[in-house]
Amino acid sequence: MIRLVPNHAALIERSKQVSFTFDGTPVTGHAGESLAAALLRAGHLKLRDAPNDAAPRGAFCCMGLCQECAVVINGQVVEACRTDVSAELAVGRV
Amino acid sequence: MPDHYDIAVVGAGPAGGNATLAAAQSGARVILIDEQPKAGGQVWRSKSASILSSPATPEGVAGDTLRASLADGSITHLPNTRVWDIRRQDDVWSLQVLQDETATQITARALILATGAREYVQPVRGWTTPGVIGLAGATALFKQSLTLPGNKTVVSGTGPLVFYVASEIRRLGGTVAAVVTPNTRADWARAMPAMIGQPKLMARGAIWITDLMLAKVPILWGHAISEVSGADRVTGVQTHRLRDNTLGPSYSADSLCLGHGLIPNIEAAQMLGVAIRHDPTLGGWVADADPDGATTVKDLYLCGDGCGIRGAAAAGLQGILAGTRAANDIAGKPTTASTRKWMRAARFGKAMTALSIPKPKLEALTTNDTILCRCESMTCSDISAEIDRGATSTTSVKSGQRAGMGPCGGKYCQTAIAALIAQQTGKPLADVPPPAPRPPLRPVPLGQVAGDFDYDDLPIPKPAPL
Repeated sequence: MIRLVPNHAALIERSKQVSFTFDGTPVTGHAGESLAAALLRAGHLKLRDAPNDAAPRGAFCCMGLCQECAVVINGQVVEACRTDVSAELAVGRV
Repeated sequence: MPDHYDIAVVGAGPAGGNATLAAAQSGARVILIDEQPKAGGQVWRSKSASILSSPATPEGVAGDTLRASLADGSITHLPNTRVWDIRRQDDVWSLQVLQDETATQITARALILATGAREYVQPVRGWTTPGVIGLAGATALFKQSLTLPGNKTVVSGTGPLVFYVASEIRRLGGTVAAVVTPNTRADWARAMPAMIGQPKLMARGAIWITDLMLAKVPILWGHAISEVSGADRVTGVQTHRLRDNTLGPSYSADSLCLGHGLIPNIEAAQMLGVAIRHDPTLGGWVADADPDGATTVKDLYLCGDGCGIRGAAAAGLQGILAGTRAANDIAGKPTTASTRKWMRAARFGKAMTALSIPKPKLEALTTNDTILCRCESMTCSDISAEIDRGATSTTSVKSGQRAGMGPCGGKYCQTAIAALIAQQTGKPLADVPPPAPRPPLRPVPLGQVAGDFDYDDLPIPKPAPL
């Protein structure tokens, strides 16, 4: 089939894979990519429960404004979309 | 000790980046403060360190050009830095910033705000389900991480962005289940005269749409998403035909990209006393500035989408105008720059904004049980009841119901709340301004603001004489 927009997937070279944990579960991601992207690719869409109705929530604005992708690293609440993946990162739920 | 500069620029997108370059070229000592790891803003967002090599894109090339120019030694660039408060003391701007985890203060004679825009998403049932991301949010995923939103994605929204996102999903090897846009082909025909001035951008758009058609991706014109299904993750979407308010086809998908135009980030300008006005053709509430960025507030300049959504090309040109004007004002020199190029670029940008503005028929899809305020999980009827109780301003809804007081600071609910107030009270939207912004302008962990201090160092004022 004719494609006017070529498929570039095979032409993308990524950094080496590293493993980290999310809520105790091992996850792999590429070093230096956004944590939100790595969790999304690993199938972890639900990152937390909303405070008032406990409904599932995940990354939404992907630019550090909505705070939906809040996770805990080293006791600090951080935005997954503004955090880089690194080996041994221990990511918890809020 | 605080660092002092001639000019501080907030925001390193096309507007702020170019304002910085122009001001530095005019001889000013400039600091550029930005919350991202690299300059480029949202539109020219840089790739993360995880991408070692990838095919070039027009956005990537434009961003790399800006980043290379900014790397010139005369400019101080503070990346990963959030400005959370700005004050004026003795004719000097004082900015409270947080870089990574360190709180510091920066002072400058003149301030240029290039705070850009955020996305508006019209709330519909299920829009809080994990797997629903903003259209602009999807572009951030593509540009930064070259990552797809899911395996099979419905892309829905207004303006050209919906086709760009669908096309990028295909470029990165993903599958687009359908493109659903509230715009009609007639809407696009009306935008043609303004688009002819930008043939390159028009040709790109034509390629996106033709490629989707060749791939037999359904394109639903005049349709919107009325409901997202799925509990812990998206499983499908229901579409709605806007013309006659009837159900359209439904699609199974594991992700949805949803967005309805951009809203200027005016909070910082508004907080510093710049007048705001409601102009739907510029994306809603905008802060008032001259074409060269000058405002009614002394030593304060605005440029780019933050003073009206006119697009990246216009933002860059206005950045040059504002940077030059600010540097000339400091040096006591007059400015005589032509605004013609900016006006031509703005014409195209405004036509795209006109396509992107949510329509009243879209607002009707926000049902009573739809969550309006994501932070506090408050539904449309919760807020509607508060309006019935007499809360007829965004400020009174905020204090009565906490809608807009959550961690996002109202950025994702204010527009929908204002529309609901207008609809319920019969007031024009121009009479329902956003609440007065207060610091922190960005979310700040309290421990970081307080910093490390010794109680003995705290200044204790002398007791007042009796």
